[in-house]
Amino acid sequence: MKKYTYTESKDTRSGFGAGLVEAAKQDENVVALCADLIGSLKMNDFINAYPERFFQIGIAEANMMGIAAGLTIGGKIPFTGTFANFSTGRVYDQIRQSIAYSDKNVKIAASHAGLTLGEDGATHQILEDIGLMKMLPGMTVINPCDYNQTKAATVAAARHKGPVYLRFGRPVVPVFTDENQEFEIGKAIMINPGTAVTILATGHLVWEAILAGEELEKLGIDAEIINIHTIKPLDNEAILVSVAKTGCVVTAEEHNRIGGLGDSVAQLLSVQMPAPQEYIAVDDSFGESGRPQELMDKYGLNADAIVAAVLRVLKRKLINS
Amino acid sequence: MIKNSVHNLEAIVAQVRRDIIRMVHGCQSGHPGGSLGCTELLVCLYFELMQRNEQFDLNGSGEDLFFLSNGHISPVFYSVLARAGYFPIDELATFRKLNSRLQGHPTPNEGLPGIRIASGSLGQGLSVSIGAAQAKKLNNDNRLVYVLMGDGELQEGQIWEAAMYAAHNRIDNLIAIVDYNGAQIDGATNDVLSLGDLPGKWIAFGWKVIEVRRGNDISSVIAGLRKAQDATKKRFPVMVLLHTEMGNGVDFMMGSHKWHGVAPNDAQLALALNQNTETLGDYIA
Repeated sequence: MKKYTYTESKDTRSGFGAGLVEAAKQDENVVALCADLIGSLKMNDFINAYPERFFQIGIAEANMMGIAAGLTIGGKIPFTGTFANFSTGRVYDQIRQSIAYSDKNVKIAASHAGLTLGEDGATHQILEDIGLMKMLPGMTVINPCDYNQTKAATVAAARHKGPVYLRFGRPVVPVFTDENQEFEIGKAIMINPGTAVTILATGHLVWEAILAGEELEKLGIDAEIINIHTIKPLDNEAILVSVAKTGCVVTAEEHNRIGGLGDSVAQLLSVQMPAPQEYIAVDDSFGESGRPQELMDKYGLNADAIVAAVLRVLKRKLINS
Repeated sequence: MIKNSVHNLEAIVAQVRRDIIRMVHGCQSGHPGGSLGCTELLVCLYFELMQRNEQFDLNGSGEDLFFLSNGHISPVFYSVLARAGYFPIDELATFRKLNSRLQGHPTPNEGLPGIRIASGSLGQGLSVSIGAAQAKKLNNDNRLVYVLMGDGELQEGQIWEAAMYAAHNRIDNLIAIVDYNGAQIDGATNDVLSLGDLPGKWIAFGWKVIEVRRGNDISSVIAGLRKAQDATKKRFPVMVLLHTEMGNGVDFMMGSHKWHGVAPNDAQLALALNQNTETLGDYIA
């Protein structure tokens, strides 16, 4: 197992804040909008550097999506900022008509995604956003795993032409990817090559997959771990090559098991390479209040759960063979 | 750009009305009522009031922009765009048919010149037009942005988010227009969900309000919109409440919400065409 270490922990939303400043430095057309959550979205540095390129919308997310779409007519590259819940479900029709169907170059920056939003509870913990966004034709869906990757993904999103849903989170998590990485949208990243099982993880679950891989190694199980930071377009080739080798797969995400990464993988494999699959995801329920780690443990989104899922899927692989 | 006399504009209006009726009849669907009611407005905007570039470009740099928020009145929009030279007039015959760029509701998705945003799901165009107006300001582009909404559409909450935002941010390169015909699918607006004191509401939201009483009269439309143009760049968003008549120009469609979204049959088509002279040549069906 390749060794991963970290010296600091940071929130992925701060990676977005840093990436936004970098993207704005690189392209004067980058602008940002926020629906009364500047601090939560870590937009302060951008606003201080480029006050004339920032739009405070107030608590009016539908209007924010429309204004963002309008700003692209005039060549701007708008990043909208609010919680993932208010970035998707609340404004689905605005995104659908004014952004996706209209093919507008809007970047929907969504913070506080998933259970790790924590104490505010289920009203704010969206677990359906990946599904909502990936169903929209032409929408790119990105869910990076740590601070450095979120920063790089933000810069890449600005350079990409077309609508992007960029999902990140609230809690402080290990920073383990390279500081100055190039981020290629749609290109999965090999975390650890292996032969026994494929673990496909996204977002906060990538670090948990690494911890699980270390545990599995102690059990003599050689897991291949891949970071699927882009859920749409999915890196079909990387997944098929891996599953052809291992013959089984565990997917891991901080999302409802319906509509997330796991479903995208199952859809690919069912057509091209049927293989036993286990899901690490929320089992079609809403979340609840609690500390982020408590919630991840309760809902089975951690390294232990990934290890257990690997043991289950290996058993199914054995029966099949 | 050649400016048109009222006489020329009247000829264009008559032809656009024929186009609307024939398009809706041709596919036996679509929305003639609101389209007919807004004919004078769109003709005046495109042939008299707006400064437009010859070549269509999606960003619309250095020219006035128009957004149609109530996308269901696409027949009048398509006819005026074709008559203004954005695409071939005969393409109007493909309206709402399979493989057409003239979708039931407008979209840039099909690459039809003249369309910059999809509309149809109501309440979104004002926000979009504000964004486009703010982009113009950032780009030091001093041209104007126009947006048309239906009055029933004002029942959508997003409109009032946008109304508040535009006043707060002093979006003064924007002219919003409401097709104030008092009718929507299910009946009179006053019966379905009353808009109440509409001028008062916009004034309370911080807008400069101009009412045009005769929205189906070319001279009144031009005078009212000129007044609106003069009111721009004064740190207030501008609202034109344009009193129109749904179905205007076709006697049996006028004064009733029943023709909001109903197509005429063959006999009704003949009657309606008789009331609007062919002036510029019909498109080939």
